Amino acid sequence: MTTTGFFIVAILALGFLITFQIAKASEYVSILKGEKKSFEQNNKINAFLMVVFLVLGLIGVWYCNKLLYKKTLLPYPSASEHGENIDTLLWITLIITGAVFIATQILLFWFAFKYQHNDKRKAYYYPHNNKLEVIWTTIPAIALCVLVGFGLFYWFRITGEAPKEAMQIEVTGKQFEWIFRYPGRDNTFGKKYFRLIDPGKLNQLGMLWSDTTLQGPSRPDHHDHTKMVSTSTELKADPAGFDDIIIQSKPMYLVKGQPVKLIINAQDVIHDVGLPHFRLKMDAVPGTPTTMWFTPKYTTEEMRQITGNPNFDYEIACDQMCGNGHYSMRGVIKVVTRDEFILWRAQQKPAYADFNPNAGGTAPAGDAQPADSVQAVSKVVK
Amino acid sequence: MANESFHGHPEVVTTHEVHHDEHHVHHHKETFITKYVFSQDHKMIAKQFLITGMIWAIMGGLMSVLFRLQLGYPDQTFPWLEDILGRWARGGKISVENYYALVTMHGTVLVFFVLTGGLSGTFANLLIPLQIGARDMASPFLNMLSYWFFFGGSIVMLASLFIQTGPFSGGWTFYPPLSALGDASPGSKAGADYWIIGMALFIISSLLGGLNYIATILNMRTKGMSMSRLPLTCWALLFTAILGVLSFPVLLSGVLLVVFDRHAGTSFYLADIFVGGKALPNEGGSAILFQHLFWFLGHPEVYIIILPAMGLVSEIMAINCRKPIFGYMAMVGSLFAIAILAFLVWAHHMFVTGLNPFLGSVFVLLTLLIAVPSAIKVFNWLTTMWRGNIRFTPAMLFAVGFVSLFISGGLTGIWLGNSTLDIHLHDTYFVIAHFHIVMGVSAFFGMFAGIYHWFPKMYGRYMNNSLAYIHFWVTLVGAYLIFWPMHYQGLAGMPRRYFDYSQWLSFSQFSDLNKFISTVAMIVFAVQLLFVFNFFYSIFKGRRVTSTNPWHATTLEWTTPVRPGHGNWPGEIPEVHRWAYDYGKDGRDFIPQTEPVGPNESKHH
Repeated sequence: MTTTGFFIVAILALGFLITFQIAKASEYVSILKGEKKSFEQNNKINAFLMVVFLVLGLIGVWYCNKLLYKKTLLPYPSASEHGENIDTLLWITLIITGAVFIATQILLFWFAFKYQHNDKRKAYYYPHNNKLEVIWTTIPAIALCVLVGFGLFYWFRITGEAPKEAMQIEVTGKQFEWIFRYPGRDNTFGKKYFRLIDPGKLNQLGMLWSDTTLQGPSRPDHHDHTKMVSTSTELKADPAGFDDIIIQSKPMYLVKGQPVKLIINAQDVIHDVGLPHFRLKMDAVPGTPTTMWFTPKYTTEEMRQITGNPNFDYEIACDQMCGNGHYSMRGVIKVVTRDEFILWRAQQKPAYADFNPNAGGTAPAGDAQPADSVQAVSKVVK
Repeated sequence: MANESFHGHPEVVTTHEVHHDEHHVHHHKETFITKYVFSQDHKMIAKQFLITGMIWAIMGGLMSVLFRLQLGYPDQTFPWLEDILGRWARGGKISVENYYALVTMHGTVLVFFVLTGGLSGTFANLLIPLQIGARDMASPFLNMLSYWFFFGGSIVMLASLFIQTGPFSGGWTFYPPLSALGDASPGSKAGADYWIIGMALFIISSLLGGLNYIATILNMRTKGMSMSRLPLTCWALLFTAILGVLSFPVLLSGVLLVVFDRHAGTSFYLADIFVGGKALPNEGGSAILFQHLFWFLGHPEVYIIILPAMGLVSEIMAINCRKPIFGYMAMVGSLFAIAILAFLVWAHHMFVTGLNPFLGSVFVLLTLLIAVPSAIKVFNWLTTMWRGNIRFTPAMLFAVGFVSLFISGGLTGIWLGNSTLDIHLHDTYFVIAHFHIVMGVSAFFGMFAGIYHWFPKMYGRYMNNSLAYIHFWVTLVGAYLIFWPMHYQGLAGMPRRYFDYSQWLSFSQFSDLNKFISTVAMIVFAVQLLFVFNFFYSIFKGRRVTSTNPWHATTLEWTTPVRPGHGNWPGEIPEVHRWAYDYGKDGRDFIPQTEPVGPNESKHH
């Protein structure tokens, strides 16, 4: 161990020793003074500290807010309409719970101070009062009804069906990155199957890009148990996937003002698509696709101006513990205008082209020509 | 009927008859082994649970200090860490896998081994027989086994820290597929098996203990101790035990299915997985099923942690305010309501798993309902203090601190229980702040209050008051300084369980705050060591207790000798004539439960 280490341990030990000696001495002193007197003294000090704690605590709450409020998301508008609903409910809840917090903490510490032990006073024998009990059963119940009412109203709005015109994007979480898939000009996602995932062949998502025979495990024959039959499954290539665009380690692009529906998958363990600026979150569960929809309100550029931060970006944070790289599972969303989006889409090559570079005519959709693609995209984006 | 088998009364007799037969103190030859190790005396078992729990608490707390070191000082290295921790901190920096191992073990240890085993184990064992007037638990032998299964579980969990691939590191909630797939994380290799075995032993311990507590409270109350005269501690411990008995088996079956998925090729929780470069054969399982099973225990579990603390605090409040607890029946009723609702709210942990939104809405309603009994309890505690004559013993200080923390943390539960807000705040620092305040620190406050208050009963001595005051004030202030600012981090969307925030645009603005929190955490931890020192020092050198009833309390444990032997009362078991809260009645400071109701006594209860 280094000298500093020893030094720190020594100081700590010394501090302990001194504290302990003082504490022990104070115990002897209290015996000398008489138990009653020292009890009264300690009681006064602690009762006084209760009020000090209350006052300093409330100042601390105010000061903490002053220091940290600007670092939260609340000084800026939410980037989605759903987020605005959530912020509204957040303020309603804060007002109700904040009032209860201040009132009860003041009562608690004030009572502690005011009703501290006094030889001259006798405690008031007050075992129950049904009226009071009814009051503080009904008032919280009513307040909670208000909160539940607002909460569920927004909840069903947020979790309800996505609008028909919503753009669909598939998000796949894997340790420790996000993969995005756009359906291409046919606006249909091609089929995929997890056994076909093969990063070596540039098929990260297991797209059904070619006819495949999957060898299953052998099993005993139904009729003759001494014989084993091998099972196999024929999978036909799905042409709908030939024009799908797959984005890996690059940002996801969204259009300002157009609803987007994310279809969320995971390949290995549970992840979570966390979108703090949109106030949204949804788990990515292997084997069970989930969905989430929202409408971005501000482009990345606009948000940079709103926040005054030229480096601002919408981030996707993994919000479900997914392994040792959990903290680095970052994605970026660029919200752009429709024109910018069309331009960006036009530059994207279908992933099939990388998987099968010399397929040329095999892909029925054809490797889209840029001009063609822009047309197609504007159809999709409407 | 604890001791009849020792004394050769095989025939079925009522509790009271047995008690009358047992006027003598135990006269068995006690060896060191039977007295201190394989003891069947509930008081000794309580101490065993307490001290084991304290050792776990120190380790669990130390783990948090270590990972806070990484969070507060992500760019710095501490060469002395390598000297202490070896391969856990190569180059003086805790590595990612060990960071996650620490986080996971911190949660597992504190939730289960300290705040369940340590808290319920200690106070249910110590207080139930003493307060209901019984010589021991219904089955002292099962009670002993309960501790030794706890000990065994502790050893297995501790051993997992030392294996090659490290302990489990996927979070204390043990969600599969992460916990089921060794390829997904090194901690999910052997570490996950150790975790499961350790927890299985722990659950057996909890069941043996819980069944015993329930049987004892229902069957072995002394004459006159009707349920409506039971001290609130016993009520709280009864509901706690019922919650544990009904919910822990579900966790056990849940993790058993993980065992099958891990080793027997089943697909309960696994489907469509591609990990470690290959596709797994599993299809058709549901990862979310585990979360349902886990939280069916997991949510009652937080009440298993907080109810005993509520019971201890209620008792200590009444004694030190020199007033009856306000609204005894409402207090019992709200405990009952909380215990029922505990089973109906589990899916509020799962609002963002893709749960059916309608199902989610039902859980919102039921979750926020819990705020009603919680509010009743808080207002009743406040009214108990109102017009009291308050003595600030260390126990009372911690009881007041408990109420303050329970309010602060409980109110944020109203935020998180509302699914709409949970979408935004789920798995952020807001959640950390919420549950650490409401069930972590406040349950600890309940436990500290209980230890300071019943230390004289356990060891016949007092703990040092001055150290206790320092302990209280630093811990209270420190707890708020640590967890209050985390609400703001949560409102910035900052996710939990991140090793390093520096690459994030949205979350890296808190580096100063993280440093501050880590520093406070270290100070608070050091002060807990002061408490531990005070505890052990006072066992041997504390000021002696000279009267049998040092706090002037009404309950039965203070009618035993200062250092009661096995069997608790040297003579007959006292008879009870009134409820436990006759403080300040008819101008008298207190009237013990054993005193018959006088002819001129006013009728309140």
